[in-house]
Amino acid sequence: MKKEFKVIADLLPKNVRVLDVGCGDGSLMNHLIKEKNIKARGLELEKENVQKCIYKGLPVIEGNAETELHQFPDQSFDYVVLSQTLQAFYNPEKVLKELLRIGKSVIISIPNFGYWKVRTSLLFFGKMPVTKTLPNSWYNTPNLHMCTIKDLFHFCIEKKIKIKKAIGVNENSMSEINKNNLEIKNFFSKLGVFLIG
Amino acid sequence: MNYKFEDIKKINVSKPLRLDCGKTIKDFPLAYETYGKLNVEKDNAILVFHALTGDQFVSETNPVTKKEGWWSSAVGPDKAIDTNKYFVICANVIGGCMGSWGPKEKNKKTNEPYGLNFPVITIRDMVKAQETLLDHLGIKKLLCTTGGSMGGMQLLEFCTTFPNRTFSAVPIACSLSHSAQNIALNELARQAIMADPVWDNGKYLQKKIQPKNGLAVARMVGHISYLSEKGMQEKFGRKLQEKTDYEFSFDADFQVESYLRHQGYTFVERFDANSILYITRAMDYFDLSKKFKGGLVEAFRDQKTKYLVISFSSDWLYTTKENKDIVIALNASDADVSFSEINTDKGHDSFLVNEPEFLKTLKGFIDSMHTKFKNEKRI
Repeated sequence: MKKEFKVIADLLPKNVRVLDVGCGDGSLMNHLIKEKNIKARGLELEKENVQKCIYKGLPVIEGNAETELHQFPDQSFDYVVLSQTLQAFYNPEKVLKELLRIGKSVIISIPNFGYWKVRTSLLFFGKMPVTKTLPNSWYNTPNLHMCTIKDLFHFCIEKKIKIKKAIGVNENSMSEINKNNLEIKNFFSKLGVFLIG
Repeated sequence: MNYKFEDIKKINVSKPLRLDCGKTIKDFPLAYETYGKLNVEKDNAILVFHALTGDQFVSETNPVTKKEGWWSSAVGPDKAIDTNKYFVICANVIGGCMGSWGPKEKNKKTNEPYGLNFPVITIRDMVKAQETLLDHLGIKKLLCTTGGSMGGMQLLEFCTTFPNRTFSAVPIACSLSHSAQNIALNELARQAIMADPVWDNGKYLQKKIQPKNGLAVARMVGHISYLSEKGMQEKFGRKLQEKTDYEFSFDADFQVESYLRHQGYTFVERFDANSILYITRAMDYFDLSKKFKGGLVEAFRDQKTKYLVISFSSDWLYTTKENKDIVIALNASDADVSFSEINTDKGHDSFLVNEPEFLKTLKGFIDSMHTKFKNEKRI
């Protein structure tokens, strides 16, 4: 399992209800159900992934998170997970609001545009960065609203959304982010995982 | 209707059944068919609900019409619903005309066919009758239940009237209630039948005839609504029927006309006109929220059944939006629900034809549910 999913799974208590928005082929859901007895549901846009989930017997709803989150009642899940998709929405702020409406807590992960390799790519080569976490070129990237760990941190403060935990993630390490180490973590983390709400 | 009915399996439903219209019936026949074998653990039973013009003969050769069963594309050995593995059950709905209690059956009191003296039935009446069949077959809990169109409506009624009688359920191309457009199309079919002078207020069977012209038109209306605009254009376009130019007459010049006429006139051989009136009425009356006083959350409360809702992109009779409304209702009730829309040009008919993506999805779901059901039973 991806390091990121392990970090997310560790944030989740046992026996809770989780909505995995953009659940892909269901590998996180599968893990949560088996290892933590979590009641997991998925929402997924790609037909191929929807089928993979169905074959595994995982509950998945084919649909677009941008336009179809309204179908889930208020506070109907303990946690809503959104893995590396926030930046791909037309209106991330609206989506985030919806996630906070549906879930008592929300876990969001973002590829960090403030990571030093991303910064140097732009600074030294004058080109839009292409890295492992940002594998696409400027002309075919699904990412419309790239942000940094610092951006999301400040966004939450500005919108009065409680940050319960923030974690910087790299291949082999993870560490908690707070106000004091924000600059450093924003520079050295590939990925940010936020528990908010 | 010169077919032989001797080969049909039937049970006599002796338990009184109170119909939604207020009447109570008992001692009536329910015709059914099964495929495959019920295993010792009794964890492989799948109940299929048929659509408006279907019957209990899901697979293999229909012993009455000698044609292929209506869902042979999906049900049979090594098919999506594999009868080597699963025990498939299907009953003819009451109000139908393939051996179950319907308007063409004889009223024991008068020794005449019921005709319009048959009570108006509902989808719920249909499934209540079918539940007695499960008792007869000794099945406490089904592995799965599925059905498209009116079959899907029966499924939703079944799952809400008899909660947790099935481990999983796949409603296909259906809705929570019949839309205005669908009621209108059904009315068109009924008016075509009733406008045929042979129909004679439903008393035609006493003269051993059928209002063929009206019934054929009713079937043509249906066939148009089962296809998509694109599918019809691609299949027929403006192609002429075995001719090189217009004949300047009202014969079937176009292939699409010839197709509709063929569909219409073969249908009258196997279906009873009054059955169409009764069954379409049952569909029109279908509104799942009504019995729960508008609250669908209430309808699906405490459901443990695992649902997979399937819609087809080009279905304009039971649209993806209507199918998604089922998903929304299930979600609101905290039920376990999956949803998939199949991309296809084949319209509402998609569930009856060889549509690989659909069949793959159906198979994947049922197989995975079987594994889960076995595990649950073991615990």
